[in-house]
Amino acid sequence: MLDTSAARPLVEITGMCKWYGEFSALHDINLSVMEGEKVVVCGPSGSGKSTMIRCINQLEAHQKGKILVDGTEVTPDMKNIEQIRREVGMVFQSFNLFPHMTILDNLILGPMRNRGVSRKEATDLAMHYLERVQIAAQAAKYPPQLSGGQQQRVAIARALCMKPKVMLFDEPTSALDPEMIAGVLDVMIELAEDGMTMVVVTHEMGFARKVADRVVFMDEGEIIEVAHPEDFFSNPQSDRAQLFLSQLLGH
Amino acid sequence: MQGRVSAPTPRAMRRREHQGFDLAGFSRTLWQVGQAVLVFAIIAFLIWRGAQAMEYNWQWYRVEPFFYRVIDGEVIWGPLVRGLIQTLKLASIAGVIAIVIGFVTAFARLSDSISGRIIATTYLEAIRNTPLLVQLFLFYFVLAPIFGIDRFWAGVLCLAFFEGSFAAEIIRGGIIGVDKGQYEGADAIGLSIADKYRFIIIPQSLPLILPPLTGLIISLIKHSAIVSVIAVSELTTAGLNLIADTFMAFEVWFLVAGIYLAVTVTLSIGVSLFERTLNKDKR
Repeated sequence: MLDTSAARPLVEITGMCKWYGEFSALHDINLSVMEGEKVVVCGPSGSGKSTMIRCINQLEAHQKGKILVDGTEVTPDMKNIEQIRREVGMVFQSFNLFPHMTILDNLILGPMRNRGVSRKEATDLAMHYLERVQIAAQAAKYPPQLSGGQQQRVAIARALCMKPKVMLFDEPTSALDPEMIAGVLDVMIELAEDGMTMVVVTHEMGFARKVADRVVFMDEGEIIEVAHPEDFFSNPQSDRAQLFLSQLLGH
Repeated sequence: MQGRVSAPTPRAMRRREHQGFDLAGFSRTLWQVGQAVLVFAIIAFLIWRGAQAMEYNWQWYRVEPFFYRVIDGEVIWGPLVRGLIQTLKLASIAGVIAIVIGFVTAFARLSDSISGRIIATTYLEAIRNTPLLVQLFLFYFVLAPIFGIDRFWAGVLCLAFFEGSFAAEIIRGGIIGVDKGQYEGADAIGLSIADKYRFIIIPQSLPLILPPLTGLIISLIKHSAIVSVIAVSELTTAGLNLIADTFMAFEVWFLVAGIYLAVTVTLSIGVSLFERTLNKDKR
């Protein structure tokens, strides 16, 4: 599935630690994500999954260790962070679309301000991605006029408009009504098939089985287990992963 | 019932029942309005009778020249109108400066800069914990001679710095009131800090800032009366001068209060209409 010979690591995390005051949120995180690889991160709530991926684009600052995005080290310098964020797309649990702008304006703002792209060019790009997530007809509407599932697909399109090298997903389906989830997952699967590098925090185990190259299991701020999805689901090595899976699938 | 399957009635076919004219409700409303009118009538009567008892000589027929006179077909504005124009000029210049001060102070308080936070906090505490009248005297008797500014600008700056401290807190509250997810959404697409505030945060905090800021501008117009103590020629000063000339204290103060009321009510109606149009195209 993965051509390891040509692949280079796009995200490299080594020895990363993070504290909130005295509370250790992340401890000694080591993870490399190759170009084109899809990594699903799972684990119980409070295990540091979201915090870990939010450190990659510095929505949260880490205190120790090193993060490289496509070979560039992430430093606390704002100019550096802005550059990194333009290479890394992010999709949030709560969409975080800009409610005072139309869908189209949501999409073209980033490319126009950060990449100096003309309005015409940005609009073409935005419409291309909106068609891909099947929201093109709603381009002139405002986010609150759309359903949750549609908003999340817009959020994915907005991130794609920045032509990111990596896409981070922070529980993208957790805030959605059940009938909306499939539409969002379909878009994500399609994106994966197109070869996008993805790090996805999710509890959608069906998605993990279908798409993931590796599953990362976290608990109490540490990476406990990294495995191929088939191996992880059929034969988890750690007790904590076994317990987690039994709770997840047990009813 | 079990096993029954029914198609929903199309929404367009569901008719809402319309009620006829609610006579009982209407007469209740009418009675309440009547009560209010009655209370005002009683107050007006008491004032009139009190004035009667002290043998006050009402001279409403003399007030027209306070507003304007026509000499040889040319309109000459009276002292109240000229005072009103000065008040509006004073309040609008001070209002603009106050809002600028408010934004600068709010961002200074929200920034990472320690010196910015210290300066902003000192300014806020100093202004909010001293009387406006004392500040006015400081501006007029101390700062004005030092920096060579006239009484009008001493009044403007004093009001601007006073209201600016309240504007700062209103603006800071509005900015903090924007959902945290909006900051993260803006950060995630790599916007610079300036772009983040310009395109995402400020536009969304305006609906939170605008209503209390209107209240602030209204109180600025009212507070502008205080500059009459340093003899800036605005509406209240014009009133004082008229009374000195005519001894018509009752009429003049009613008129002056009425003019302030007309200006502030017009302003708040205008802003609420503006807010309505602002919200209409979003929903």
